[in-house]
Amino acid sequence: MPPGWTSLIFDVNGESRAAIFPTHHTLLEVLREELALPGTKHGCELGECGTCAVLVDGRPILSCLALAADMKGKKIETVEGLQNGNTLHPLQQTMADLGAAQCGYCTPGILMTAKALLTENPSPTDGEIRAALAGNLCRCTGYHKIVEAIEGAAALLRGEDWVAPREVLYGAVEPGREG
Amino acid sequence: MAEPLRKEDPIDLIEDPLLDPEPATERPLRWIGTPFRRVDGRAKVTGTTKFADDLTFPRMCHVKLVRSRIPHGTIRSIDFSAAEKIPGYLGCLTGADTPIPFGILPVSMDEHALCPDRVRFVGDPVAAVAATTEDAAYEAALAVIVEYDSLPTIASVEQAISTPEPRIHDYGDDGNLHKKVSMRFGDVEAGFAAADRIFEDLFFYEGNTHLPMEQHATVAVPEDDDRVTVWSSTQTPHYLHRALAKVLGLPASRIRVIACSNGGGFGGKSDPFNHEIVAAKMALILGRPAKIVLHREEVFYCHRGRHPVTMRLKTGVTKEGKITAHHLETALDGGAYGSYGVASTYYTGALETVTYDMPAYQFDGIRAFTNKPPCGPKRGHGTPQPRFGLEVQLDKIAVALGQNPADLRLQMLVAPESITANWLQLHSVSLDRCIEAVVTGSGYRERWGNLPEGRGLGLACGSYLCGAGLPIYWNHMPQSGVQLKIDRSGCVAVFCGEAEIGQGSDSVLAGIVAEVLGVDLSDLRLCVADTDLTPVDLGSYSSRVTLMMGNAALQAAERARDLIAKAVGDQLEVPADRLVFAERRVFDASDPSNPEKGLTFQDAVIAAEARFGTLGTVGSYIPPRSPGKYRGAGVGPSPTYSYSASVVEVEVDPQTGLWRPVHVWIAHDIGRALNPVLAIGQVEGGVYMGLGEVMMEEQAFRRLPRHLSNALVHKFPSMLEYKSPTFLDMPPVTTYLIEDPDPQGPYGAKEVGQGPLLPILPAVANAIYDAVGARVDQVPIHPHMVLKALDAKKKGGEPRYGPKSFPEVDFGETLIVPTPAQGGNGTAINEFRSKLRSGMRGVATGTMSTRDEALRQKKALTTKLEDR
Repeated sequence: MPPGWTSLIFDVNGESRAAIFPTHHTLLEVLREELALPGTKHGCELGECGTCAVLVDGRPILSCLALAADMKGKKIETVEGLQNGNTLHPLQQTMADLGAAQCGYCTPGILMTAKALLTENPSPTDGEIRAALAGNLCRCTGYHKIVEAIEGAAALLRGEDWVAPREVLYGAVEPGREG
Repeated sequence: MAEPLRKEDPIDLIEDPLLDPEPATERPLRWIGTPFRRVDGRAKVTGTTKFADDLTFPRMCHVKLVRSRIPHGTIRSIDFSAAEKIPGYLGCLTGADTPIPFGILPVSMDEHALCPDRVRFVGDPVAAVAATTEDAAYEAALAVIVEYDSLPTIASVEQAISTPEPRIHDYGDDGNLHKKVSMRFGDVEAGFAAADRIFEDLFFYEGNTHLPMEQHATVAVPEDDDRVTVWSSTQTPHYLHRALAKVLGLPASRIRVIACSNGGGFGGKSDPFNHEIVAAKMALILGRPAKIVLHREEVFYCHRGRHPVTMRLKTGVTKEGKITAHHLETALDGGAYGSYGVASTYYTGALETVTYDMPAYQFDGIRAFTNKPPCGPKRGHGTPQPRFGLEVQLDKIAVALGQNPADLRLQMLVAPESITANWLQLHSVSLDRCIEAVVTGSGYRERWGNLPEGRGLGLACGSYLCGAGLPIYWNHMPQSGVQLKIDRSGCVAVFCGEAEIGQGSDSVLAGIVAEVLGVDLSDLRLCVADTDLTPVDLGSYSSRVTLMMGNAALQAAERARDLIAKAVGDQLEVPADRLVFAERRVFDASDPSNPEKGLTFQDAVIAAEARFGTLGTVGSYIPPRSPGKYRGAGVGPSPTYSYSASVVEVEVDPQTGLWRPVHVWIAHDIGRALNPVLAIGQVEGGVYMGLGEVMMEEQAFRRLPRHLSNALVHKFPSMLEYKSPTFLDMPPVTTYLIEDPDPQGPYGAKEVGQGPLLPILPAVANAIYDAVGARVDQVPIHPHMVLKALDAKKKGGEPRYGPKSFPEVDFGETLIVPTPAQGGNGTAINEFRSKLRSGMRGVATGTMSTRDEALRQKKALTTKLEDR
C-alpha cells in the first residue's frame, strides 16, 4: 500500500466490500465514492446537521466525522440496507406515506437514527423520539410528520395495527363544520 | 393622461375547441383531495433519489472555486504557479474566461461567473481550478494566490446612503442605492386627515438564509461538438438555461439543463449561480465531465436569502377601527449584487393591500448595495418583513382602541373579487374563515388578555401569491407547459419543465393527470425539468407551480381524454360526452340497461391510436392580465391569492426574557387541498421556518479587528453557529385546511408553500406582548430584547425594544396612481413627468444603462413630451 493509502474490507449492509482509499477519507466519502452507496448524504461535513448518520455496530454515528480506516471489523448499516428485498422497512413505509420525506435529503440520516432508537426502545414517547433525533436537522417538514411516522413504524414493528390519525392526513376539522 | 410605457400585455389563453370543461357524469374524485403517497416517496426513503452530487461520469473531474477573502477591492494579480504543481491539476479559469455578465433579472445583469476585476463581498468567486480528484482540486484552490487592492466597504443601508462614492456598481438609481421606489394610490393625505387616530411605528427584520440541507452541486458533461448537458440543484432550470446560453455564448439549443431533485430550496436555488456556469465552462474547455459541489460555508456565501429590512409604518384609523390611509416605507439591505432585488423591493410594498381594506396607500422603498453576500428571494419573498410590521401594528391599534384584535381584523377584510388600491385583482378570500378557525380552536376570544403573567396568545394573518403574474423576462409565451405522450402500452408519459424541490410538485402533476384520465399513478411516467425534453415551466418560485403547471396539466389531460373518448364513443356507439374515465377504464356509466359498458384504459388508447395515429397532447397556462398599468405594476399581480391566519401561544420568563412557543394554530385558505397530507406538510414546514426566523435565525455580519484587516465578514457561516430549530424546539401545531375552491386554480387549488410562514412571526411578537406586556418590534426576538423592553417598562418608559430611526433618504418623485374607487384606469397620472424629473437616474431606474444611454433616453423622452 503506498503511504497515505489504506485498503480495507468493509462489512456494510451484511455484504463484504473492498476498497482502497486515502487514509484521511471519512466513512462518508468512502461509502459514497468508493462503495457506490450514495444514499448517505452530506449537509456540512462538520458534524453539525446529522444528515450523514449511519449505524456502526447498531449505533448511529456521523459518517462525516468517522475515518473509514477505523471501520475494520465493524458492522456498517446504511439506508440502502434498510429494506427487506423489495419490501420497505416500516420506518420507510410510514415516512413515505405521511410525506415525512419532502426533499428527502435528511431522510437517510433520520431513518438510520430512528432505527437505532426503535431497536433500543420499541415504544418511545414523543419526547424520547425528539430527544433521539435532536441532532438531525430537517428544513422542510417542521419535524411533526417525521415524529408521527416514527410512532407509526414503532407500532407496526411491535406487531400492532396502525393507521394514520385523521388529523395527521387531513388536518384539524374546521370549527363549526364538524360532521 | 399618459400612455403606458409598458409593452403589450400577454395574450389571454385561447379557448381550445377540444376542451370540454365539465365531465359528463359526476363521480367522486379518486386522487384529488386524497392523501396519497407522493410519487417520489419510495425513492426518497430508499435513498435512491438522485441529487446532483450523486451523479458520477467516466473521466469526471472536480472543480473548486477560489473566493475572495476581502469584502471589497480590485484584483491586482492571480498566481496559479503553485496550484499548477499539485498532482492531478488539470486547469484553471479566471474572470477573463467568463467576461459576459449575467443575473436573474434583465434589469440587473451585474454578476460574472468569476470576477473580472473587482470583488464585492467575502466569498465572491475570482478563480476556479479543476483536478482529477476533489482533494487535489481543493489543494490547488488553496494554493492559488490572489492579491487585492482594498476599497472602502459598506456594511449597512445608512452607510450606503452616506457613501455614494465609490460605488459598488456603476449602475443603479442613486450612488450606492440600487433601487428607489415611490408610489401613491389614492388620496393619502385626505385619508390621514379623516383618521381619528394615527399610529406610527418602526420595525426591523434581520436577514436570514434558506439553509437547505443539500449543498448546491452541479455536474456538466460535454457532448459532441459544442454541446453540454448540465445537471444541477436548481429551482429554475429554464432561467439557468438562459444564463448559460448568454455567458457561454452558445445557442440555447446546444445546452441541456436538467434540474435534479433539489435537497431543499426555499428560494435559495432560484438564481443562476457562478458555480453552475463555471462547471459548464470547465467541462467544455477540458472536454470531460466536471463536477462542483459547494461546501457549507460557500452555501452561506451564495445566500440570496431574506433581505434585512427597516420599516416605518403610518396607519390612520377611525375610532371604529377602519383604515383610512396607510403609508409604508422600507429600506432593504441588498448585499453586493442585484439578484431578485428590484422585485424584492417592490414586493415589500405590493401585498400590503391584499388582506385589509385600504382606501389610500403610499409605498416608498429603497434597496442599498452593501459588501455582503447578495440577498434575494426566500419563502415569502419580500413580504414577511412588512407583514410583520403591519400585523404587530394592528395589534397595537386594537389595544389602543380597546378592541379584540380578531374582531378588529374581521371588520376590515378585503372583499372577494375586489381590486385593491394598488390595482391587484383579488378572487376568492376566505380569510374570515381562517381567523374564525384559529380563534375558536385556540379559545382566543376568551383567553387573550386573560392568561396569567408569562403566558400569552397572539394573532396575525397573511396572504401570498399563487404565482407571479409576469415572467422574469418579458415574453408572450406560456408560463407553464405540459405534454402527454400516450401509446398502446397504456402508459401515459408526462413531460413538464417543473422542478421538484421537495414541495411535491411531481405529485401534483401526477395527481391531476391521473384524475382526468382515470388511471393509477403507476400508469404514469414523469419526465420533468429537462430543457431538451420537457416544455418550459418557469420554475419553482413564487408559489406558482400548483396553479400554473396544474392548469397546464389539466388542459393537456382533458385534451387527451377527449381524443380517447371520441374513439371509444365511436367504437361503442356511445356519445363521447357520456363516457367516464375511472378505475383504469373508459365506460358508459349512464346506461342502466348495460351498466359500465366500456373498455380498459389500455384498449381505449389502442382504439384512439388506431383512429388518430400517434397520440400526444399539450397544455399551457398564461395568467390573466392584471388591471394595473403603472410602472412597477408588474410586481404583485397573481392569478389569485392564498390567505392564512395563526394564533401562537407562548410562555415567557419575565426574569430572563427566555420565551418559547407552546402551541401554534394555523388556518390556510388553500382553495382546495389536492393532496391534504402533503399540504399539511407544507403548512407545518412554513410554520417551522417562520418560528426559526422569529426565534433564532439571522444572517449577521461583523468586522474583523483593525489589525486583522477590518474586513466585513460573515458572523455565522456554519450550521452550528447559524441556529435553526431542532426536533426539540418545535411546538405542537394544529392545522386547518380551509377549502373554498377558487375557479382560477386547478380543481380550485391555491398555493400552500409560502403563505403559512407569514403570520407566524407577528403572531409570536403579539403573544409575547400578551404574556408580559413587552413589545419587541424586530426579529429575531432574543431574550435580551424582551428584558430591555421590560426594564424600560419598570422605569416608566415605553415597554418596547426595536429600531429608533428610519434612514434619512430621498425616495425620488412619487408616482401618482388613482385607485379604482377614484375612477382610475390603472395608470399613473405623472409617469412621464416623474421619469423626466428624476432625470437620468429615473430613466436608468434598475437598468444597466450607462450614463450616455440614460442621457439619450432622457432626450428622447423630452422630445416625446414636447411633441404632445
